Order: sequence, then C-alpha cells, then structure tokens
Amino acid sequence: MKTVEDLKRMREQFQSQTKLRHAGGIQIIVGMGTCGIAAGAREVMSAILDEIAKRKLQDVTVRQTGCIGMCEKEVLVDVVRPDEPRITYGKVTPAAVSKIIGEHVVNGRIVEELVVGKISQ
Amino acid sequence: MQHVRAHVLICAGTGCTASGAAKVEAALREELAKKGLDKEIMVVETGCHGFCEMGPLVIVYPEGTFYVRVQPEDVPELVESHLYKGRIVQRLLYKEPVTHESIPNYNELSFYKKQMRMVLANCGHINPEIIEEYIAVGGYEALGKALTTMTPEQVVDEMKKSGLRGRGGGGFPTGMKWDFTRKAAGDKKYVVCNADEGDPGAFMDRSVLEGDPHRVIEGMAVCGYAIGADEGYIYVRAEYPLAIKRLRIAIKQAEDLGLLGENIFGSGFNFRLKIKEGAGAFVCGEETALLASIEGKRGMPRPRPPFPAISGLWGKPTNINNVETFANVPQIITKGADWYAGIGTEKSKGTKVFALTGRINHTGLAEVPMGITMREIIFDIGGGIPGGKKFKAVQIGGPSGGCLPTELLDLPIDYDSLIQAGAMMGSGGLVVMDETTCMVDLAKFFLTFTQAESCGKCTPCREGTKRMLEILTRITEGEGKETDIALLESMAKNIKTSALCGLGQTAPNPVLSTLRYFRDEYEAHIKEKRCPAGACAKLAGYQITDACKGCGLCTKTCPVAAISGEIKSRHAIDQSVCIKCGACMTKCPFKAIIKG
Repeated sequence: MKTVEDLKRMREQFQSQTKLRHAGGIQIIVGMGTCGIAAGAREVMSAILDEIAKRKLQDVTVRQTGCIGMCEKEVLVDVVRPDEPRITYGKVTPAAVSKIIGEHVVNGRIVEELVVGKISQ
Repeated sequence: MQHVRAHVLICAGTGCTASGAAKVEAALREELAKKGLDKEIMVVETGCHGFCEMGPLVIVYPEGTFYVRVQPEDVPELVESHLYKGRIVQRLLYKEPVTHESIPNYNELSFYKKQMRMVLANCGHINPEIIEEYIAVGGYEALGKALTTMTPEQVVDEMKKSGLRGRGGGGFPTGMKWDFTRKAAGDKKYVVCNADEGDPGAFMDRSVLEGDPHRVIEGMAVCGYAIGADEGYIYVRAEYPLAIKRLRIAIKQAEDLGLLGENIFGSGFNFRLKIKEGAGAFVCGEETALLASIEGKRGMPRPRPPFPAISGLWGKPTNINNVETFANVPQIITKGADWYAGIGTEKSKGTKVFALTGRINHTGLAEVPMGITMREIIFDIGGGIPGGKKFKAVQIGGPSGGCLPTELLDLPIDYDSLIQAGAMMGSGGLVVMDETTCMVDLAKFFLTFTQAESCGKCTPCREGTKRMLEILTRITEGEGKETDIALLESMAKNIKTSALCGLGQTAPNPVLSTLRYFRDEYEAHIKEKRCPAGACAKLAGYQITDACKGCGLCTKTCPVAAISGEIKSRHAIDQSVCIKCGACMTKCPFKAIIKG
C-alpha cells in the first residue's frame, strides 16, 4: 500500500464482506417453513445464492422467514428494495430465480406474473 | 466466489474462551459442513463483547440475533432451526433479570442500551486477526489523514483540543504529554504503550488488545508522527498470551501492507513497533519502572523529574500512554477534536471503559460517556446485585483507588469528582460489594496486594505498607487496639507524601477511603470484637435477635450447648463456647439468628 487512495480502494473492496453486519440494502426473504421446505425452498435458496454470486451483487441480504399461511403458493420469496413496497412472489422455482433477480433486484422492475402480494410499508 | 448470506460471530475473547467458545466453534463448523451450509455461512471469531458473564456468546447476522451461554450440544439445533430454517432458538436468547423477557437483538439489551461504545466499537464485531476487517470499518484512515493532510503540530493541537486525558489512571492531558515529548531535544524518540494492566478487577486493556489490536497500533503510529518518533514498544504482560498473539499477528499484517515500516503512505514517515513482554510485576505499570524493564533492568521506579518526555527509554524523549488512551486516538483524528470534546463532562471528555466485577449480575465491560452516575453503571448496565442482596459499596481504581458508598451512587463520574470523593478513576476497574463484604477485610485485601507488589526500593512503601497490613490483620482477628485507627491514619498520610512512586503514594487509599465511609465497621471490630458483615472468620459469630420466640429449637440443635434461655423468651448464645458452625441459624424457624 503506497497511498491513501490505495487504502480507500481496499476499504471499499472489503466493506462488502462485513456489510452483512449492518442494516440496509436490498433484502430477499425466502419462506423456510415446513411447507416451504417441502415445496423446495432450499433449492430456491441455493439458486438465489448462486445467482447473487454469479452477478457479484453487493448490498443484498438473503434472509429466511417461517410460514405466512399461504402454504399453497410456496415457495414464497419476498423482495424488499429500500423505500419500496415488499413484493411477494409465489410458486418460485429455481428456474425463475434468475428472472426475479435480473429484473427486480437489479433493475427494479417487478416480475408481475409471479407476484402474489404487495405490502406497502 | 459463493455469496455469503449469514455471518455467525463467535466471541473468542478470554472470557468466552474460558467458558468453552472454541468447542462451540468447532461443533458449529462441523455441523455446517455436514449440512452443506459451510460455503454460504461464514463463521467469524471476534474479540470481547464485554458481556462475559453470559458467554460463550454467538451472534447471527443479518438478523443480529444474540445468543448467550451457547454449548456445543446446542449447535445442531442452532444450525437446523436458525441457520437452515430461519427460526430463532428462543431458549438460547438472553432473558432480562427483572422482566424475564427474552431479548433477541443485540442492541435492545439493557446491558448495551446505556453504553456508548466508541473505543469498543469494533470489539466483538470484527475479526481481530484479519486486518482487512479493520480497514473495512475505516481502519488506518486516521493515520492516512494525519500523514498526508496534517503537520505534527496540527496533530498535537487536535489532541490538546479534544481534551483526552490519560486512561491509565492519572488522567494527565494526553495532548500536553505529546507536546512535551515533541518539543524535547533529541533526534531519537520513542512511543511506548503501557499494556501492563495489573489492577485486580480490570481487564479493559486486555479486551481492546484482543478484540481490536489495530486500533492501538494506529494510535501509536499517529503519536509517533506527532512527536517525531520512528520506533515504538508495546509493554504487555506475559499473562495476556492471547493479546500478545493477536498483537503479533496485527503488527505483521500492518507491516506486510506497508502501514508500518518505511515511508508510510509515501509521506517519508517511518515507524516500527516491537512487543516487550512483562514478567508480571505490578510496579512495572509505573512508567519509569516500565522503561527500566524494557531496557532489561530490574523493574524499579526512579525519581521524577526528569520525566520520560525529556529522558525516557535509553535516556531518549519517550511518550508513554496506556492502551485505552491510544485506542481513542484514531477516532479523534478522523472525526475531529470538536466532536470528541462534545462527549463527556467539562473537564473529562469522551468515554471510559469500566470493567464490572464482584457482586454484580452482568460481569463484563461497559463503555460509557464520562459524567454518567455509578447507579446507572451498576444497576442499569450491570443489572444490579445478585441474590437479592443489598448494595454496599463499589471499589474503583484498584489498589490505588477507593470505595464509594451507597450515598455516592448518584455522583457523576469523572476524574475530578472521584478524587474529591477520595477515590480515583484508575484504570476503571469496578469491584462491586454487597452487604456481606467487610470493609476492613477489603482494605486488608488491597493492602496485601500492594504489600506483595512493593518493589522494596523506598522505605515508606516497603515498611509502611507492611506495618499497615499488620494492623489491619490484627483488627480483623479481634486483636485491634483503640489507638489503631489514629495510627493507620497517620501512617497513611506519611506514606502518601513520602513514597517514591505512584504505587506507594496511592497504596494507603483503600484504607483511607474505607475509614472515611465505613469508620463504624472499624470501630465495631476494635471495640466490640464484632464483624458487622459477618465476613471476618475469627470474629464471625451468630446473634439472636428480638425476633426470637423462645421455641428452644436452637438449643436442641447446638452441638456444643452454647445456647441457653427460658422457653418463650429470647435465647442467647455464649460466644466463648460457640464454634460458629451456623447450625442454629439454619434451623431457626423465625429467622431470628443472624451472622455478625
């Protein structure tokens, strides 16, 4: 490290590694209730993690939640972008993950055909 | 690279390591691998969170869920339930002692709510063995800012303006100390970090070194630049092996990145650090004894002046500060002196880390702004006294300090108010005592410590503390004389004014402060041959109170027939026969027999 600029670059590079420990950013929430897991939530979760890694996305946290009662529509995946309504997608398959992330998470365009609910906060 | 969705932070401070954190970590790594989650979940070893009583501590992010007293057996459930399914394991959450409410989140704990964690900001949040994690939270920016945008004079001025005072005990203004060393004549100067933390009950410096070693290194480098030194020593006691290990790793990493060494940030400033392990003598925390010890001589103090700022290590101008003082430096440089001076009281700025030990629910570390009251620290943060006992006093400042009684619980804490109350800030060790502690015995404990640690160079300390200890011992054994209190007071005054170094000058403080606030306890020992707290073994006795109904149960229980009395009237214990077994007290159905 030669200059202060080197230090800044290094800081930015490693910030993403500890960002998880501070609130903020886009959240993807996977329903991991018994119903969700039975419907394949774990596979969907793995697909989401792979997709995020492939696209090298920063500032995205993946969380889980329990059953919210719409077991019929599992696997449920919610996407929350800061200051935007929480969008719930239903019957998500690993194949649909790439589209949800590419369209909604990255570009902010809701994938209407998969939406089952919208919560304004 | 796999996307990491969760961080599991395991405290690897000394407290949690002692309660089995390493086993928990091993179990966790194994369980994660078994479930195929080891790539997406990162396990991070951190430094101390300060909540040592409840260790091993485990925190799961992004949720920030705070688990306490986690055992290896809990790990499978933790992984299956929380990390796989996202369901918090309720039974491992911390429960507030008063409300019995489970608290899932770190920031909502009453232990943390009143704290202001600045020096400890990274402790428990970053991995102290990875420099990149320190850099990610803004580490070494202060050094960069100082070297590239400030002159040494400006750095010293900033320190002066901040109002930071030495956190090692004396409370000398740090900026002024730096200024003396900077202005001292000489082309070779040294920076020394005093990490010879030796007060009974104090462990904040150890926790900072273990949890955030780079912060101290950065503070020392900034100091080196300000005073014109290119070499520094960290004098750390050998009893802190984990702190030494992490310091070594940290120094190596900083050197590899060019943050220590030659021409740092292209500024032409060179700075190197060495570690000197102390051999565990308390007196080596005194600055001139510490310097002698680094030079390879016997750790003994010498008269000052000359002060180390003029003639220190190997006769060169040397600036000595303690760990917590250096740990305050980076934030003052990055956020500015005005910001720092806005925290605390008029004459004591910033925060202070206190180590809470003794009869208190939340043993651990608490960082609070100066000016907070002892009541807030002990009852709001510390969770009060366990077992429904009453608070009696708190000893602050270790063997050099004094005690504060219940009446002073609402005293705002800063350097000056403590001195006025007959105590001192010291390094910030707080030993809490409840009604079962005998204050004469306490004074004896601290004097035993200073007496054993006296280096023997000057007579007042070597002989004086020994004689005072003899007097205290005979008082606690029921052999005290009427003249003893006056004798203790006059000896204390003489030792204070004539001892060579701080150790001796402050050694009588625990006696003086207990005499000031608990004189009646000394008198009870001497005149009535009685220990009111029931703590002194030779004086411990049992008394029958007015609550006695004269049932006679105690008479039947006593193995040596020391109790007599008419049925239906108050009984009495013959103290000369009593063997102090306590059987009567256990048997009494009316709680009419008390210790004391």
